[in-house]
Amino acid sequence: MTEPILDVRGLDKTFGAVRACDGVTLALDPGELHAVIGPNGAGKTTLIGQLVGEITPDAGTVRFRGQDITGLPAHARAARGLARSFQITSLFPRLTALGNVALAVQAHAGHSFRFWRPAAREAALIDPARTALAQVGLADRAGTRAGALAHGEQRQLEIAMALATEPRLLLLDEPTAGMGIEESARMIALLAGLKGRVAILLVEHDMDAVFALADRITVMVYGRVIATGTPREIRADAQVRRAYLGDEEIGDEEEIRGADEVAP
Amino acid sequence: MLLFLEQVLNGLQLGVMLFLMAAGLTLVLGIMNLVNLAHGSLYMVGAFVAATVAGWSGSFMLGLIVALPVTALVGIAVEFIALRHLYERDHLDQVLATFGLILFFNEAASMIWGPRALFLDGPAWLSGAVEIVPGAPYPAFRLAIIVVGLIVAAGLYLLVTRTRLGMLIRAGASNREMAGALGVDIKLLYTLVFGLGAMLAALAGVMAGPIYAVEVGMGEHILILTFVVIVIGGIGSIRGALVGALLVGLVDTLGRAYLSTVLKLFASPATADGVGASLASMAIYILMAAVLVWRPKGLFPGHG
Amino acid sequence: MARRAVLLGALALGLALPALAALTGLDYGVGVATRILIFALAGLSLNLILGYGGMVSFGHAAFFGTGAYVVAILSQHASLGEPLVTWPIEIGGTESALIAWPLAMAVAGLLALAIGAISLRTGGLYFIMITLAFAQMLYFFFVSLEAYGGDDGLSIWARSTAGPLDLSDDVQFYYLVLALLLIVLALKARLVASRFGATLAGIRDNERRMAALGFPTYRYKLAAFAISGALAGLAGALIANQTEFVSPSFLDWQRSGEILVVVILGGMGTLYGPVAGAVAYLLLEEVLSQWTQHWMVVMGPLLVLVVIFARRGLWGLVERESPDGGGSRD
Repeated sequence: MTEPILDVRGLDKTFGAVRACDGVTLALDPGELHAVIGPNGAGKTTLIGQLVGEITPDAGTVRFRGQDITGLPAHARAARGLARSFQITSLFPRLTALGNVALAVQAHAGHSFRFWRPAAREAALIDPARTALAQVGLADRAGTRAGALAHGEQRQLEIAMALATEPRLLLLDEPTAGMGIEESARMIALLAGLKGRVAILLVEHDMDAVFALADRITVMVYGRVIATGTPREIRADAQVRRAYLGDEEIGDEEEIRGADEVAP
Repeated sequence: MLLFLEQVLNGLQLGVMLFLMAAGLTLVLGIMNLVNLAHGSLYMVGAFVAATVAGWSGSFMLGLIVALPVTALVGIAVEFIALRHLYERDHLDQVLATFGLILFFNEAASMIWGPRALFLDGPAWLSGAVEIVPGAPYPAFRLAIIVVGLIVAAGLYLLVTRTRLGMLIRAGASNREMAGALGVDIKLLYTLVFGLGAMLAALAGVMAGPIYAVEVGMGEHILILTFVVIVIGGIGSIRGALVGALLVGLVDTLGRAYLSTVLKLFASPATADGVGASLASMAIYILMAAVLVWRPKGLFPGHG
Repeated sequence: MARRAVLLGALALGLALPALAALTGLDYGVGVATRILIFALAGLSLNLILGYGGMVSFGHAAFFGTGAYVVAILSQHASLGEPLVTWPIEIGGTESALIAWPLAMAVAGLLALAIGAISLRTGGLYFIMITLAFAQMLYFFFVSLEAYGGDDGLSIWARSTAGPLDLSDDVQFYYLVLALLLIVLALKARLVASRFGATLAGIRDNERRMAALGFPTYRYKLAAFAISGALAGLAGALIANQTEFVSPSFLDWQRSGEILVVVILGGMGTLYGPVAGAVAYLLLEEVLSQWTQHWMVVMGPLLVLVVIFARRGLWGLVERESPDGGGSRD
């Protein structure tokens, strides 16, 4: 019985009067693509915050690759192989796409207390960066400033940066956010290609993406997990249908999600 | 023992003055997100205006009554001419621009009033001493400062928590755009808040006049102390400003009074004096560092 | 192209300056130029953490002044023949630049390490205020040092000795300072392009992202802060030699403000910005103070105007493309 690569138990987080996370428990197997869905305000963003180390849980533990990382800061988790993408695109707009990814490579290529050699010419940084860019289909945009890329391309760049860190677990926060149909399809294809090679925790509102990709799905409502199972099980679950998936429910409308994102 | 009481009162008096400065600064900071280094200059302007008016008329109270609105007007003018352009800018820009304002104010004051210090005497009816505890006379004026400061603190508390204006202030603090969308005139609100802060600074400056000298550069010294208070208390918190101010006032005063004495228990008098004097002047910064190691956002981080 | 021309022109001017000064009879020009170069160096040190790292330090004069004091104190002990410490080993003073100047850098750097260790746990406005407060603390520390002049300051009997060079000759001193500035510029250019530089720039532009990628950002900021402090210490050692006098006012916050102005005026986050800024600021000071003793009353509003309207600084005018800097993050 393989140990889960991510083992989350009983995460609690309360902000003032709001219980953002209430006893959240879930586990991912290595190579699994696990989707987390739920309406706005369900606590998905708070969950991610606690998994990456930006929010300290009030209670509960997070184990990653067999180790308790609950108290570790964000950079330490990333160094152990926990990579993430951001819901609201977070790049280095002044750098080129290649520069962005090279920086990601650099994060995991030893320390950066090197003061002499020009980083822009280090093959050890540039080559893996090009590879990651190619993986997401941005090879021909390598020299473009990240700030000048189209929105969809920026989302792809986020994935490339996460991949460049050679992660064991990818935490993707709404990677198709703001994308049109074509771009979303591309992203879904990209993620499908990654399946099996790296464990993925996918937070998404796009139900097409979720049901096309997920091995298992966890449904959250008002901070609590109400169901976990395969896509088929979830589709059939009456509670889930009522709370989220039902035709008359809010579910997959594109809403303004300003409140969801926790300010740094 | 009586000497100790006197020192404690001195510490409270300094603390109260720091609170007046810190409250104004933290209000502007918390609500308008504006770092205003020239706050110290307003303190100075208040003192100079009061000294001038008191010098002509012979009345401290007249000086006070004139200095408050005049300084408020100066503050509002500065807000209108220069600071208005800085609301959307980052703190670095605000620091630099208001640094330029300090240079201007200091030089202008030097040009108007000359390089030497002015004197401001307290009101005659407060020139005596009061025996709060039998056998321990304490200068009435200093006592008055403490009383005034506490009244202002209470007044500010009531203002912020009980009045419509206070509600608007808090609304403006937490969400500028929303408050604006609800029909609150943000520009007017900001001007009022800034004017209030300027008056608090002027009050502190006028009350400081009889105790310290009225001279160019007096604002900067107290400004840095005010920063220490705000850092310790937490940006945007009036409660933090009060606690921080009293803490800083007491630590600084008691440190200067007693550190050398305490050190004499451990070292030779000469060493104790030297080291004691150094430590005393550094005491509040060491306090600040200690607080920060424990609470990086100050004691009452609240807003900010 | 314009950039190259300006740089070469400036270099030529810098090299020829003493000759020009002698020709035009403006001998004091060498002293002014030396002062400009020293402030440019101080600006370079601040720019490393401010323009490239996004850390707004309002207390940089602390490291500048400390470096100056190290040189002055060592010189005092040397000229009086008194040892600095007698226990556990006897260490005397020195007037040798080869010892005093690196020592000034080391002390300033260690001080920056200590102050940075505490200050960098905060950010934004807190950081600005804390660096200011620590500088103020050091100011009072030096005021309390009665043995070294306290508030009145300390005179230095002679400039440092530097092997075959005679630094008491203003021209030789000028060329040494110029050489040091050029070396530091070259080293900084290297550093900025290195992995370390890329890390700093990343932290400045998006610290949250850097942490998410796995960079322990605090460590890099602290290292940059320490290096920056050491460089400021070098500038301090030079100013002590130039003025042959040190006083606590070298650490006061007007000084910190001036170094900030030099960096901003010249163009934050650009390599040559601080040099342009130092030239502009100090020349302006010279010109205005000839005109009126109250030149600050003009300088102040001028600074306000520059901040409001000409934020990119002077070097921003020369560099056509947006410089790799600009705008701190709070």
